Parts: sequence; C-alpha cells; structure tokens
Amino acid sequence: MVAVPAQEAAPAALKAEVKGLNFFYGDFQALKRLDMPVYEKQVTALIGPSGCGKSTFLRSFNRMHDLYPGNRYEGEIRLHPDNVNVLAAGVDPIEVRMRISMVFQKPNPFPKSLYENVAYGLRVRGESRRVTVNEKVEEALRNAALWDEVKDRLQEPAFNLSGGQQQRLCIARALATDPEILLFDEPTSALDPIATASIEELIHDLKKKVTILIVTHNMQQAARVSDYTAYMYLGELIEFGVTDEIFIKPKKKQTEDYITGRFG
Amino acid sequence: MAYAKDLDEIRALIASHKRWDLVFATVGVIALMIGVLTFTALFVDMAIKGVPRLDWDFFTSFPSRRAGQAGILSAWVGSTLVMLTTAFFAVPLGVAAGLYLEEYAPKNWVTDIIEINITNLAGVPSIVYGLLALGLFVYQFGFGQSILSAGLTLALLILPVVIVATREAVRSIPQGIREGAYALGATQWQVCKDHIVPYSFPGILTGVIIGMARAIGETAPIITIGALTFIAFLPPAPLKAEPPFISFEWLTSPFTVMPIQMFNWTSRPEAAFLVNAAAAGFVLVLMTLAMNGLAIYIRFRLRKKIKW
Repeated sequence: MVAVPAQEAAPAALKAEVKGLNFFYGDFQALKRLDMPVYEKQVTALIGPSGCGKSTFLRSFNRMHDLYPGNRYEGEIRLHPDNVNVLAAGVDPIEVRMRISMVFQKPNPFPKSLYENVAYGLRVRGESRRVTVNEKVEEALRNAALWDEVKDRLQEPAFNLSGGQQQRLCIARALATDPEILLFDEPTSALDPIATASIEELIHDLKKKVTILIVTHNMQQAARVSDYTAYMYLGELIEFGVTDEIFIKPKKKQTEDYITGRFG
Repeated sequence: MAYAKDLDEIRALIASHKRWDLVFATVGVIALMIGVLTFTALFVDMAIKGVPRLDWDFFTSFPSRRAGQAGILSAWVGSTLVMLTTAFFAVPLGVAAGLYLEEYAPKNWVTDIIEINITNLAGVPSIVYGLLALGLFVYQFGFGQSILSAGLTLALLILPVVIVATREAVRSIPQGIREGAYALGATQWQVCKDHIVPYSFPGILTGVIIGMARAIGETAPIITIGALTFIAFLPPAPLKAEPPFISFEWLTSPFTVMPIQMFNWTSRPEAAFLVNAAAAGFVLVLMTLAMNGLAIYIRFRLRKKIKW
C-alpha cells in the first residue's frame, strides 16, 4: 500500500509512527488504514485534493477531534522516544497537545496583547515567573522571525498586525512551549504571496529545532518546504516518500497524475 | 412576453419597479412612527405633567397624605436595593448556566429540552413568577415580604434574559479562537476563564442591563409578594459605625419600589397625586433609559477592543 521511504536520503531518526490509523466522523470513515513514519527535525508535507482527509489526519496528531462528539480513532500514532500512543484512550488529549503544537489555516490570535498571545501556552503550563515568561516570549518571537517588527509594541492588541504577521504570531505562540512536533494546517492559504514566502522561509528555518508536519493545497509549496511528502486520496495514503522522488519520479500513476495536474 | 429592449423601455421599467421601493419605505416609516410616536406622546405628556413637580424635596421625602409633601425617597431607595439584589443573584446564575449550556453541555435531547424551556421561561407572564415567589420565598423559605424576596423574584424573572444573552455572546466567539487555546493544552475551564468569558463580557453585560431595565419597571410580581404601598421609613443602612460594619438587615426589610409608588398615587382621587405619579413615572423612565444607554455605551466601548 505504502511505498517504503527512500533511505538513501539522509536517514533521520523516527519522531512518530502512524500505524493502521482509521478515523471516523460518526459512521463516515475519513481515514483508512494509514501507515506513515514522521522523521525527526524534518518537514513532512501532506498533499492531496480537497476532502482527501489530510487535515483530518493532521488533526489526529494533537487529538483535536476529541473536541467534537461522535469522532473515533482506531490504530496508533506512536510518539518517540517514549513510545506513547497518543491516540490511546488512557492518554489525556491535553497532555498530547502540550507536546504537539498546531498552527491553523486562518490566523487565530487571541484578542489580547501580542505578549499575552505568545505567553498563553506558558500560562496554561502554570509558568508565572516574569523573567522566564519574558525570555520565552522573546525567544519564540525571534524564532518566528517577528521579534524585530514587534519588540517595541508587545502590549498592543494582536489584531493590529497584518495577516502574515498574525500567522507568525500564531507560530510564535505554538513555539513558546518547545513542542516536539509542530503541525501546520494550510498555514498560508489565507495569506498573500509575500507573507506566504516569509512563512515558508520560516518553516525551512524551524526544522532545525522541531519536527514539522504541514498540510498544503499548494504542491509547489510542498516541493519547496518539505523533505518528505505523503500523497493522500479519499482517506488513503497513496504514496509516501522523499519529496524530490515523489515530485520527480513518483512510483504510483495516481500520484503522478495529481502532481502533473492531470487530476485534482 | 417581450422584455424591455430599448433604453426608454428599460427606464420606464426601472421607474415602475422603483415605485415599490417608495411604497414599502412609506409603509415602513408609518410602522416605525406608530411605535416611536406613541412612546414620545406618553413620555412628553408625563413630562409636562410631572417635571414641574420635580425638586430636591421630591427625592428626599417619604410618601405623605398631603400630595404636596409626598416624595419618592423610599421608592427609589427600594428600587435600587431590589435591583442590586436582583443583579447579585441573576448574573452569576445566568452566566454560569449560559456558559455551561454553550461550552460544556453535551449536545443531546436533554440539552435541547432545557434550551426550549429557557426560551419559554422568558415568555412566562411576570405575575406567575410573583405567585411562585409568594409560595416559595415568602412562605416556604420564610423570607417574608422583604427586599430579599423581591430581589430573588426579579432575578428569576430576568434569568432567561441573562442566559440567552450569555449564550449568544459566547456563540459569537469564532471556533478558531477556542481551537487555538485548546491546541496549546488548555483545559475547558482555562478556555472559559481566559477566553470565553472575557471576550463575551460586553454581550453578557448588555444582556444583564437590558434584563435589569425590564425588572425595574415590573410591578405585578412585586405586588404579589406583598410590597407595601406606603412606606415612611428606609431599610436599615448597609454600613454601620460599630463592628462588623456591614449589615445585611436591609435584606429582610419591608420596602416599596418606584412602580408601586406610582400605582398607589394614580389610584388616589386627588388630582395632585396624579401629578406626583407623573413625576415618579418620568423618573422611572429616565432610570430605564439611562440603563439602556449605559448598555449601549459599554457595548460600544468594549467591542472596539475585541475583534476577530
């Protein structure tokens, strides 16, 4: 079903492993027997036509589906090195979300100050030491390439920022708590080309620090930012492999049709 | 049928279509004016009769058998204390209930039935609340014909308003904000206390004030639980010179409120008392308008700070 990842490209350590993942919205099966590795400090892109389940797959990693009734998981997503199955009934989704952060499609800053937005994850974790919070906020904003633009107006409301800056603020917010994996759900689909370029650049820099999974509609984006690519169709994982190979010589006809634009 | 082709025909057609705009606009203005003019006429009539009667003594005098010496001191103090009691009970109960229904309650048929009943409660005649309160608060709980009983009764009365306002305010918060907070590992309570309540605060406050503006004019349930129509003393003061300084004795005190004082005066035969009633009515309407104005102002101020 799934192609073996090409090992000749710099073999990276496993950060997570998806094993036989099925997902159901009520009676509708949205994900079908997915198996996929996630490599540490690499960018993995999930591509495929609308409705193929790539966002659903991404949102399984931090158990976002638990927020709504009638959703059900089967199978495992094992997080390394401690080998915890984040989907297990006994694992608290809040614990999972503290380890795996997420950046959403539409920038969703809280209607609070820039500072409080970035600090919120720390507050949730009970961090109240001013100095520590200040340091973490600055570090996160620097990592999100936003510090120089906002360092003099941290107390201003977040919605004063432009769309691209808001999205980088959301990235800083997700980074402030040192997540093990960062999930991006079409992070540039609401942004203009310049803001998109800056986010892509940022993702490229961030992989030095964190494992990244990104859902994108835009195949050029997947080709530009990712090391590994998974092509999904109708809830199934059609092909997974090193990005260059997926885009240059995909093993499956279906993948090739999608990538060359004959379909999708 | 042929459609209009040349320019003259098109112009004629547009003109004939626009006539309906004019017709509806006229009907709409008339409909609006019926409401606005009725209120204006009532208010102006009351103002003409009552305003000359308004002076400092009117606010600082107790009711009296002599119309010229009668005032609304006990009435406005009573109304204020009853409103405070109402807000004290209605706001936490209503906000908690609304928040629970929106954020916590599972979406099933039990919740649906509760929701429908809350909407229905808002339509129950106020006298029915009065009867309930008479049996429950006055006799069963033994609170007597007191400010506490009145405050609780009016709190029940405006509870549905507060719940509905809370729910609407909570529902207007985009789901993306919730997801953003949950994704950082927040619990449901953290999401509520750090995000949902602060962001829905303007809406909740507006609902509360509108509910209170309704409650301040309520007469029927207050009469039912036995508010006195003639009160020539004030409730015990809430602050005292000797420890423990704060006293809640006023809660159990007999009382009267503005609309009851008005009702009492209008039922007197002497014309001078009708003037008193008009003056009290004028004050009551001003109090209501001031509350509504405050609600609009708060909403305007706070909404500016919160955008999605």
